[in-house]
Amino acid sequence: MATERYSFSLTTFSPSGKLVQIEYALAAVAAGAPSVGIKASNGIVIATENKHKSILYEEHSVHKVEMVTDHIGMVYSGMGPDYRLLVKQARKMAQQYYLVYREPIPTVQLVQRVAAVMQEYTQSGGVRPFGVSLLICGWDNNRPYLFQCDPSGAYFAWKATAMGKNYINGKQFLEKRFSEDLELDDAVHTAILTLKESFEGQLTADNIEVGICDQNGFRRLEPSHVKDYLANIP
Amino acid sequence: MSILTYNGGAMLAMKGDGCVSIAADKRYGIQMQTVGTNFQKIFEMGPHLYVGLPGLATDTQTVMEKIRFRKNLYELRENRKISPKVMASMLSNMLYEKRFGPFFVEPIVAGLDPVTYEPFICNMDLIGCINKPDEFVVGGTASAQLYGMCESVWEPNLGPDDLFETTSQALMNAFDRDAISGWGAVVYIIEKDKVTIKDLKTRMD
Repeated sequence: MATERYSFSLTTFSPSGKLVQIEYALAAVAAGAPSVGIKASNGIVIATENKHKSILYEEHSVHKVEMVTDHIGMVYSGMGPDYRLLVKQARKMAQQYYLVYREPIPTVQLVQRVAAVMQEYTQSGGVRPFGVSLLICGWDNNRPYLFQCDPSGAYFAWKATAMGKNYINGKQFLEKRFSEDLELDDAVHTAILTLKESFEGQLTADNIEVGICDQNGFRRLEPSHVKDYLANIP
Repeated sequence: MSILTYNGGAMLAMKGDGCVSIAADKRYGIQMQTVGTNFQKIFEMGPHLYVGLPGLATDTQTVMEKIRFRKNLYELRENRKISPKVMASMLSNMLYEKRFGPFFVEPIVAGLDPVTYEPFICNMDLIGCINKPDEFVVGGTASAQLYGMCESVWEPNLGPDDLFETTSQALMNAFDRDAISGWGAVVYIIEKDKVTIKDLKTRMD
């Protein structure tokens, strides 16, 4: 049957030269919760929506913003379970690097290695591509880094970007708001504003998560701290 | 006795003021019989980085090739020069991978940091336990004699010329009291913008 001609492998090129499974993975990402990342002059901010389907959920127990090493953190859009596997792998790769070289892993190196794992899942048998895009932020060489990692294994270095639901609007918003000499506090403000653009309902400290990275390392902001930022938002 | 003393050899590295030295003898022997007098055991691993591998000659060459391989891959992957500190950690890690069937070398790493030009020296045992003193490190079959010499002649903040003199005297007088080291020597003085390599004429008996 014609429809089954290209379905013997999940990762076979279609006649038009596409790998449809990877496109579906990107579609899974585009349907996921929005997340944003912005590089500032003195740090980086990553933020995401963490909306709960029921009021019975206990907030602040399962996190989307995670630390990989002291100076690197990440967040995702897409499927949660896939993300946790990548977090586990990323942490392991960071420690392996430290064990061999006795030097914290450069952000670029970590991104490259995580991307290699994601690529492997597009070419191996018996697996499917990851249903997540990652935002990885880090501070080394005395400067901030912000990367996006896609299910295909492609990675990009951004000054600011948005992923997940409504990412096109998010990016347009950032294009208008971004400037090179943004300070970290302003960047956090802009990141929250970007999330607000596509947010349905009221933004609270319980339904967004923010992580910041500067020369002191990476940390996830406490809800009380997020609340202070929300107070400045109309 | 030990396979570490099968070929013989003496080596040391010293810290100076903005410079480091590393020096070794040139003998290649089989127990008490001298076979060659131009054996290389100090290797260039970068513009300001040298690694010395005293011990069993065959492992000297194998380990040199293995670390050169790992260093080249590191520099391509990271698109930057390897620092002496990272080189030492990488080598230590590589040696410990062979914890229960080790390479019989006791490496010495000497160099300047490629960014800050800070002097660095260290040595390690054959399974990669790093020793990082502020003054000098020694290795090879004449290590006892070298410790004695270095303890008496080394002083802090030596300039490149004084460091050469100190290193050479320590090495020559140490290996003259070791039957399986000597037969010529080579001294490297590593400074920010030049490396001086000098061959020493020594007793050949």
